[in-house]
Amino acid sequence: MRRVVITGMGIYSTIGKNIEEVKNSLYQGKSGIGIDAKRKDFGFRSCLTGILDRPILKDVLPRRMRIGLPEQGEYAYVATMEALQNAKIDQDFLNENEVGILYGNDSSAIPVIEAIDIVRERKDTTLIGSGSIFQSMNSTITMNLSVILKLKGINFTISGACASSSHAIGMAHMLIATGQQDIIICGGGQEINMESMGSFDGLSAFSMRQDDPTRASRPFDRDRDGLVPSGGGATVIVESLESAIRRGATILGEIKGYGFSSNGDHISIPNVEGPTKSLLRCLKNANLTPKDIDYINAHATSTPVGDMNEAKALDSVFGGTNVPISSTKSMTGHEMWMGGTSEVIYSILMMQNSFIAPNINLFNVDEPAQCLNIIGETTEHKIDTFLSNSFGFGGTNSTLIISKFKN
Amino acid sequence: MVKEDIFAKVNEFLVEEFEIDKNSITPEAHLINDLGIESLDFVDIVVIIEKDFGFKVKREDMVNVRTVSDLCNYIEEHVTK
Repeated sequence: MRRVVITGMGIYSTIGKNIEEVKNSLYQGKSGIGIDAKRKDFGFRSCLTGILDRPILKDVLPRRMRIGLPEQGEYAYVATMEALQNAKIDQDFLNENEVGILYGNDSSAIPVIEAIDIVRERKDTTLIGSGSIFQSMNSTITMNLSVILKLKGINFTISGACASSSHAIGMAHMLIATGQQDIIICGGGQEINMESMGSFDGLSAFSMRQDDPTRASRPFDRDRDGLVPSGGGATVIVESLESAIRRGATILGEIKGYGFSSNGDHISIPNVEGPTKSLLRCLKNANLTPKDIDYINAHATSTPVGDMNEAKALDSVFGGTNVPISSTKSMTGHEMWMGGTSEVIYSILMMQNSFIAPNINLFNVDEPAQCLNIIGETTEHKIDTFLSNSFGFGGTNSTLIISKFKN
Repeated sequence: MVKEDIFAKVNEFLVEEFEIDKNSITPEAHLINDLGIESLDFVDIVVIIEKDFGFKVKREDMVNVRTVSDLCNYIEEHVTK
């Protein structure tokens, strides 16, 4: 099996629109959460959301390339261009070499809604226009970016609910480790618009702490009352070690292991056994033991049951190691399809800069998590190896272990 | 609507919507070969004509539209009906 490394990363998120801004926000424990007041009149229970402006691509991309991109496609494009630049991969390189793309995305609500509104009103499908189909498919990000960047390697979207973009990195790891690809652009994009979030709000899954938005997302806190929906785009460049050395790329980390499992249980209520299996499989795949992990970026979304069951799973595998744990969703909200990759980026930034970003809003640690070392304040800490969890509806689980590169 | 007005309006949407250099737009300019319009773009031209000129266009009619002048003539023929 070949060694697999990360040679570039880029991000467009509610806590910063590039790597540098995000690094500073993580260190400062800055929240990206606010209120979208129009959700109230629209019929939402909670107006809490990650706040993010759409990038302006008018003079950046030609019209045909632009009109196929939905909101999350724009975020993904910006993140990907930063990641490619970071990896020192330019268009000439992409033209001459086989580079693939595996991206996590699991919805594209607005273009579907707008198209149906037009047809219902005008009774003519032509009036939907030519960009809608390319915006509305789940594969919108990979189909658009592969054309914009002229990619010739593997090309498809992974829809695994809130574990989508963690699985994307896991799949890239397997394809590169087995010698089938050299470089794969990986990531996740997540739309934030209210239309895409209504049905989730309807499940009473969102925090109601609207009087204090930046304190609403509080994973592992006793008084947490739900998640805060959020989004953006996050990209990493996954590459074989040989290719990275050949290109003279800067190696940001090595992907040591990928673990996965399915709960085989309830559609929305997570359990303990499934995540535990994913953690154990990842450690085995990485050929590491629990004491080798220096930091865990938890999936914890700030829902009562989800955080409790993850705490139990973490305790069953890491109990007694005192490994530091935080959920960056306390700052970003739940970035869903994007979260698996964004949280790998957050953790790499912590590893590069030797700190643990805080699990903000941790005032009273919930009982099942009291046996864990949850980090509530920014802490200087050397990280050589970290683990990142991502779980999703349907009981899909994904775990990644990434280390500092050592030759 | 007189021909000049139609040409001006067509000119405007080719520049604004399709980001075509205004200096390259002449009555003789071939929409595909000279102006870079592609097959998918004719769907959006149909949408714009209905919005700007107020009549329903059949996508099939666009098959015979090759130049800017063809487009203007087609609009003139239908807008006055």
